Amino acid sequence: MTVTPNTSVDYDVTRIRADFPIFGRQVHGRDLAYLDSASTSQKPRAMLDAVTDFYSTSNANVHRGVYTLGIESTDAFEAARDAVAQLINAPSRREVIFTRNTTEALNLVAKTVGTERCGPGDVIVSTVLEHHANLVPWQVLAQQTGATLRFLDVDDQGNLQLDQLDAIAREGNVRIVAVTHQSNTLGVRPPVEALVRWARTQGALVVLDAAQTVPNRPVDVQALDVDFLAFSGHKTLAPTGIGVLWGREEVLAATQPFLTGGEMIRSVALDRTSWNTLPWKFEAGTPAYAEAVGLHAAIDYLQGVGLQAIDAHEHAITEYALGCLSEVPGLRVVGPPDAASRGGVVSFVLDDVHPHDIAEILDRHAVCVRAGHHCTQPLMQRLGHTATVRASFYLYTTTDEIDRLVVGLHDVRTVMGV
Amino acid sequence: MDDELYRENLMDHYRHPRNHGTLEHPDCEAEGKNPLCGDEVEIDVAVADGRISEIRFSGNGCAVSQAATSMLTELVAGLPVGEAAALPSQAIIDELGIPLSAMRVKCAVLGLGTLKVALHRGAGTPLPAEWGADEDELVWG
Ligand SMILES: Cc1ncc(COP(=O)(O)O)c(C=O)c1O
Repeated sequence: MTVTPNTSVDYDVTRIRADFPIFGRQVHGRDLAYLDSASTSQKPRAMLDAVTDFYSTSNANVHRGVYTLGIESTDAFEAARDAVAQLINAPSRREVIFTRNTTEALNLVAKTVGTERCGPGDVIVSTVLEHHANLVPWQVLAQQTGATLRFLDVDDQGNLQLDQLDAIAREGNVRIVAVTHQSNTLGVRPPVEALVRWARTQGALVVLDAAQTVPNRPVDVQALDVDFLAFSGHKTLAPTGIGVLWGREEVLAATQPFLTGGEMIRSVALDRTSWNTLPWKFEAGTPAYAEAVGLHAAIDYLQGVGLQAIDAHEHAITEYALGCLSEVPGLRVVGPPDAASRGGVVSFVLDDVHPHDIAEILDRHAVCVRAGHHCTQPLMQRLGHTATVRASFYLYTTTDEIDRLVVGLHDVRTVMGV
Repeated sequence: MDDELYRENLMDHYRHPRNHGTLEHPDCEAEGKNPLCGDEVEIDVAVADGRISEIRFSGNGCAVSQAATSMLTELVAGLPVGEAAALPSQAIIDELGIPLSAMRVKCAVLGLGTLKVALHRGAGTPLPAEWGADEDELVWG
């Protein structure tokens, strides 16, 4: 390969990799080349140990016990909230709500703030880039409230087009703008800043799906000036079952709860209930507190490496991958051809070989990639594909893994006779 | 590659599909799709004396879905309609003779499901429940 990755000498990917036990395992007799981090990340030992230690030493339900264990577990859970608040530069810990994942966080917004603020004559704006998690809840909201749902289009490389904004503004009161921070399918980063500026002129709330960006670069909710932001722990080195919704306090305070039951109440009588204060008002039932402890350890790990450094590493790997892939005959990158305006995700097709065949043959090389529509069917339709192969990168991705992807793709060409 | 998944027989059917095309006057026909991965097949069947006298398929998708449908057409040509309509999924899985993950089983049986839809539609008999529209996430048209 002719391209040399431009990673900083201080970034020791071999050492980072050694922190992830899963890279000790082999598949089909070979070391893993894990190129599916946009789906979920692998887990560092420090995070796994934190969860095991917590269960082994401090486990008790949170916000209830007056005994030592209960106090310890509540402290650990609430410390995780502080870590999240600090990670995304939230003005207040009261704005950090734990959910199961990004999907639940986005549904929470749609089903509370959305139903309270949208009706006939109102407009919800989203984009064709969205993961189904940031599309279907708005579709349902529009159907239930009579609001109009409009989607911003992309060009053939997946770059978001803003030329429809004026026309959309004339259709009614724009209430909500829901957009992804980075496409999980193409890796493109839409012009969120411009969209936020426009939303402000409309008096609309901005909901940012940051599932693909919180894991790998500094994300600052105040600098972004959005109103809601969602991400998933499992893509952020943390366990499954924990996600985050950050929301502006004044909006959350003025909104009725999502789910009801324990935790989220202040007092209950048979005929009426008063709600707990933020953030607990939006956390019904026993929360995923051990997973939150894992998320805290994951954040510590990420900050130990440095999110700026991780972003730079991913960028270098993406540049390297795009260079290598461009040398594979018959391969077409779906999305922007360069690394400039994108994150560590590359979608591609190879001649007319079906992506499932590609992924299956790559699996024989222990190269893990995704094949399919990546939960973005409208985007695939817009770009004229039913499926693509997607390789995605993270802080532990090596150039060797990319080289193995390329070797695997040459084998695909041989096996499939193209 | 040191595995059996894409072995010669399967690739031969994929590259040189048998009974490929359409019939001008089919007695029954159907199309099947796997929306999740975009596999599609269309099957035309001609029936004479209660047997499948001619069968053609067309479509596009992964090697497993297309090769399995090609093999299926050879398997059922000349069979009594009732027998073909009762062919179990395992028959086509055996015919492929390769290990299949749960996801790939759907690819493998797409053609068989489509054939069953065509035959039952032609005979005016109900499709067996296990091949109902949302079984295996396959859809029929
Ligand atoms: C951009 C984006 N949004 C939302 C989601 C949904 O995340 P989860 O399945 O964790 O709710 C994903 C994950 O695939 C994603 O990449």
